[in-house]
Amino acid sequence: MSDFKKYTISIYTENNIGLLNRISAIFLKRHINFISLSTSQSEITDVFRFIIVVNMTESGVKRIVQQIEKQIDVIKAYFHTDEETIFQESALYKVKSSSLFEERQIQNTIKNSNANIVTVSPDFFVIQKTGFRHETEQLRESLEPFGLLQFVRSGRISITKEKMGISEILNTFKQQHKD
Amino acid sequence: MKNQKTNYISGAEAVIRCLLAEGVDLIYGYPGGAIMPIYDELYKYSDVLQHILTRHEQGATHAAQGYARTSGKVGVAMATSGPGATNLVTGIADAQIDSTPIVCITGQVASHLLGSDAFQETDIIGISTPVTKWNYQITKVSEIPEIMAKAFYIARSGRPGPVLIDITKDAQFDLFDFSYKKCKAVRSYAPIPTLNTNQISEAAEVINKAKKPMIIWGQGVILGEAEEEFKNFVEASGIPAAWTILGLSALSTKHPLNMGMVGMHGNYGPNILTNQCDVLIAVGMRFDDRVTGNLETYAKQATVVHLEIDPAEVNKNVKAHYPVLGNCKESLIMLTSMVKHNEYKDWKQLFADHMQIEFDAVIQGDTLPTKEGLTMGEVIVGINKHTQGDAVFVTDVGQHQMIACRYAEFIRSKSNVTSGGLGTMGFALPAAIGAKMGAPDREVVAIIGDGGYQMTIQELGTIFQNRTAVKIVVLNNDYLGMVRQWQQLFFDKRYASTEMVNPDFVTIAKGYKIEANRVNKREDLDKAILNMIASDEPYFLEVCVEKEDNVFPMIPTGASVSDIRLK
Repeated sequence: MSDFKKYTISIYTENNIGLLNRISAIFLKRHINFISLSTSQSEITDVFRFIIVVNMTESGVKRIVQQIEKQIDVIKAYFHTDEETIFQESALYKVKSSSLFEERQIQNTIKNSNANIVTVSPDFFVIQKTGFRHETEQLRESLEPFGLLQFVRSGRISITKEKMGISEILNTFKQQHKD
Repeated sequence: MKNQKTNYISGAEAVIRCLLAEGVDLIYGYPGGAIMPIYDELYKYSDVLQHILTRHEQGATHAAQGYARTSGKVGVAMATSGPGATNLVTGIADAQIDSTPIVCITGQVASHLLGSDAFQETDIIGISTPVTKWNYQITKVSEIPEIMAKAFYIARSGRPGPVLIDITKDAQFDLFDFSYKKCKAVRSYAPIPTLNTNQISEAAEVINKAKKPMIIWGQGVILGEAEEEFKNFVEASGIPAAWTILGLSALSTKHPLNMGMVGMHGNYGPNILTNQCDVLIAVGMRFDDRVTGNLETYAKQATVVHLEIDPAEVNKNVKAHYPVLGNCKESLIMLTSMVKHNEYKDWKQLFADHMQIEFDAVIQGDTLPTKEGLTMGEVIVGINKHTQGDAVFVTDVGQHQMIACRYAEFIRSKSNVTSGGLGTMGFALPAAIGAKMGAPDREVVAIIGDGGYQMTIQELGTIFQNRTAVKIVVLNNDYLGMVRQWQQLFFDKRYASTEMVNPDFVTIAKGYKIEANRVNKREDLDKAILNMIASDEPYFLEVCVEKEDNVFPMIPTGASVSDIRLK
């Protein structure tokens, strides 16, 4: 089991209904869980991007990327190790306002963690932190004693160091299929 | 506001016009509430578009598969929403795993009712996603032409497969300005990888150095319509070749370099020698586990050359040292021009020696039995005698399927129609209907077990109504024979729920006005087969075979191909 490793899978797709279902079915069929999933617009106007983080062997992730790329609406899929990407996660923390004034410690915790206070109301305030998993996790652990009212963390978003070349793929297609 | 220059028609009519534009003249289906507008249009177009009413929607998909497999065209099946759509799923899954091009059209509740648990609403897009090459729900009439064009393009191009299009009832009723343009490309989809000449010359170099090379071919040869190119390659190189169950009939069974079947019930030589060859050339096949047995001990000594159209199949199960991506119709031509001919005399002798061992241990008893009971093998050989290898064999799943594939003779391609990857019992009877309609001038013989026959026996109604001249042979051993064989070999003969108390099949066939006969004595067999083949009508023949015969050779699950058992 030691050759299991964390991989970030980036998938460039058409923006079609049902594609998330189709992609997740590929993982379901092989009994593989997502560590995280995020979807968004990509750098190209009408191209969508999925970022999926999984714990798999290299041969396993290679095969699954082949299966993903085989789907009709998928333009291209890649997998990368952490070293090959720049990645972040974002987290929101909702804390009782009273604890901000009553506990001096909490102010230091926020300051030292480079988190931002997004909103403050008489009842609660919300902190936002972007960073690596262990950083957002550390802040969650530090705030827990003060009573976290809510906590949520986004899926990983990631950018690769290498060039993706999706525009080139789409341009080549355009060249080949000029009507 | 009907403008004379425009072509305002309903979505339902547009669907029919799209089918006609794609060259479809025959579809299989079953009507119901959510697809009634399309059926209403079918009524008007019945002179140009024939609709075959199957007796169950599963039959419609299998018939569409059979049609696609013998005609090489896209099969079409249609059903209503809810249960109509879910009944298609088995056939769709079968088409997906066996790469059969079919387009399924389902009706759906009106778009304003989606998600309301309306009558006969089911999420067929969600249900069919893992078993379709592509699927799409049309909720706006204007989408129909483009999506239908895309559906046919995707189903037939590259590695073929099933596509499902779900159309809401309002989109069928609405009117729009219709125009149709065939789909030639989809930007996110590359159906055929570009040939890489370096890959081919590297592969040729390896093949030319081989002392004991072996070819295993699969259905890719048939789907790529590369039968001629494949035969040329085999003959030019002189390399012995064996087939997977779906590759059967691509090369004549009488060809001197055709060494037989690989896999669980394949031939003795090809299986054992897979683990002795130095170069293994896989052409359009995917190393299914029923072919490879235990992967840890599969062809480890061999350098693997893999000609494949689907990049996801390369290195999936077996590492390809020399992958050759592309359509084998093209890559085989280039490879043929680069390979040297060799007789491989000693190597081929090994195949012959193993065949002799298998003949003595298995084939003789199967095909020339001296015991009292009839064997499945002698029935197949008896059919060969009267069809001369020119018939289409449609088989179901189980012992009869393995025996038929082992002993049926083929001199023409697209002649073996079977459920390979999914192993769908109930496939053969409806698939035979489609196979006959896809190749109306050919003899189509369905070989079915007594178990699978009763899974889709209602399609006798379709045969009756259309007078489809299929020849139905039920090899009856009153058992679910293959499961019983496993129970005998691996579960200490505990025959749990495998014995069948069967009805009078001849009377049932006669109820559908199908000529029917039963044989249980060897001396009656030849005459019965002759009468069946001589008939121009649908014909049913039940052969009561030995109850507890087994299919050998056999590679037990998880064993190595070289541990194939002769008994």
